[in-house]
Amino acid sequence: MNHDAYDDNYIRAILNSVKSIAMVGASPVNVRPSYFAFKYLAQRGYDMIPVNPGHVGKSLLGKPFVASLGDIDRPIDMIDIFRNSSHIMPVVDEALKLSPLPKVIWMQLGARDDAAAEKAEAAGMKVVMNRCPKIEYGRLSSEISWMGVNSRTLSSKRAPIPTQGMRLSLNRMSVGGGETAASDRAAKNKSEP
Amino acid sequence: MTDRHPGFSTLAVHAGAQPDPTTGARATPIYQTTSFVFNDADHAASLFGLQAFGNIYTRIGNPTNAVLEERVAALEGGTAALAVASGHAAQVVVFQQLLMPGDEIIAARKLYGGSINQFTHAFKSFGWNVAWADSDDIASFERAVTPHTKAIFIESIANPSGSITDIEAIAAVARKAGVPLIVDNTLATPYLIRPIDHGADIVVHSLTKFLGGHGNSLGGIIVDAGTFDWSKDNKYPMLSDPRPEYHGIKLQETFGNFAFAIACRVLGLRDLGPALSPFNAFMILTGIETLPLRMQKHCENAKAVAEFLAGHPKVAAVNYAGLAGDKYNNLARKYAPKGAGAVFTFSLKDGYDAGVNLVSNLKLFSHLANVGDTRSLVIHPASTTHSQLDDAAKVKSGAAPDVVRLSIGIEDKEDLIADLEQALTA
Repeated sequence: MNHDAYDDNYIRAILNSVKSIAMVGASPVNVRPSYFAFKYLAQRGYDMIPVNPGHVGKSLLGKPFVASLGDIDRPIDMIDIFRNSSHIMPVVDEALKLSPLPKVIWMQLGARDDAAAEKAEAAGMKVVMNRCPKIEYGRLSSEISWMGVNSRTLSSKRAPIPTQGMRLSLNRMSVGGGETAASDRAAKNKSEP
Repeated sequence: MTDRHPGFSTLAVHAGAQPDPTTGARATPIYQTTSFVFNDADHAASLFGLQAFGNIYTRIGNPTNAVLEERVAALEGGTAALAVASGHAAQVVVFQQLLMPGDEIIAARKLYGGSINQFTHAFKSFGWNVAWADSDDIASFERAVTPHTKAIFIESIANPSGSITDIEAIAAVARKAGVPLIVDNTLATPYLIRPIDHGADIVVHSLTKFLGGHGNSLGGIIVDAGTFDWSKDNKYPMLSDPRPEYHGIKLQETFGNFAFAIACRVLGLRDLGPALSPFNAFMILTGIETLPLRMQKHCENAKAVAEFLAGHPKVAAVNYAGLAGDKYNNLARKYAPKGAGAVFTFSLKDGYDAGVNLVSNLKLFSHLANVGDTRSLVIHPASTTHSQLDDAAKVKSGAAPDVVRLSIGIEDKEDLIADLEQALTA
């Protein structure tokens, strides 16, 4: 599995199939990126579970924080890890103890641990590294295009009618668009000093 | 199946645009509206807090403009873009994100005269200083670096001289200095040169020129390459530090590799205000669909006209990088193999007066202060676009008093050559 670049279909299939997402490292502070992503995904119908031992007893947008993945009382489809690369492996080890096993391990923008990815994949889980599910959802639905961002998708098909006002559907037919090779190279150089 | 990358002409037609989900309209609609309704109070708050993607007010973003932004970002190989009212507005917005009073930029001396004025005079009143360097002498950029340097600015193909800049060599200087390289790619367009492929971190354009291409609409754009780490040295607080106007959001942390484009939008455009009209965005978008076809014709015509002038007894010199033997021909072959653009200068043996006569005798070339139109254009830079420079600075910027600038259009080249022939002999 090439983790430098993902096919749109791989990402779209993950975002279309998962229903419950445990976000490890979710922050209740409303200017943190994890808060943005948590709120965005919750508004798109995902069953979001904030995981952060520092905030047990509080809740995030009405969802109570849990201390660890083991404390979650229902099956988790995806674990979205909002921690830096050095904290990924313990989360994956914890995920491997869950039953049923989560389907997807997702590491946030800037986070990458190839050994952890290999371990998760060996157990049958799908892995995404160094991406943000909010940005990917926005990109594949083309919502992010409203911000002038290169969605790297093209489509000649009428997209599904927006739901809930301005929310665009993930289920849009598209092909790959303009690449951003220089940015990908820069990100790779940064992760391999 | 692996995603394949579409070609340039496909992106020029499709990138950013899709059938409207509600009406099915295939061409991009002109969203001629100031504002956009919110779903509810929380949606409004989310948009203002940068938590959601969406439209608020056309000064900050507009769906027609967004199609233009995504299209140019895709053509340049960038992560995102921001369209603004003019090329000059693009430069102010870019530098407002990078510079504090007392900071410096290094700029190539061979620049559009309007940029030289903007940097020299308008920027001085903001406390932003410019150090000038010579694109033909890469070491002059290195010598100009100081602890206050925050960016390097060059043109890929310089206006008016048509000279080609060694982008990779200057990108190396920028990398060593730890500052972004900003490339004005107006005269090349991404069809001829993609500066990001050669190390640029930010690309700016006057969309008014070849991208729009029809001389009917002003516009400018900023493209974020997504390559620069704004938080590394704490030199760019607008990108790396908590922003008080957004309750403490850090833009690079939140928006990753398109943070610069977002900063330009939510700090620059929002607060300085040079928004692009959606109607202009529509006109420019329509122009971009034919950019590859037009640029081929512009370059083919320019080469033919340059060759004609080079062989004319009344012409002293032609500066066109597409000519074999031109000082910049090697750089043109490396950076712009599809053509050296369509803006260049030449000088007449009989000097300034002959240049003035030529301009007044031309019947197809229009005498005006623009470039990159379907129509062929002519101007005498020393008395117009570069008139505010002293004589020495005119020569250094490529606008010596005896120089005439042409912008070759997409007419039949035989007619352009005949017009020049009659004007030279009149």
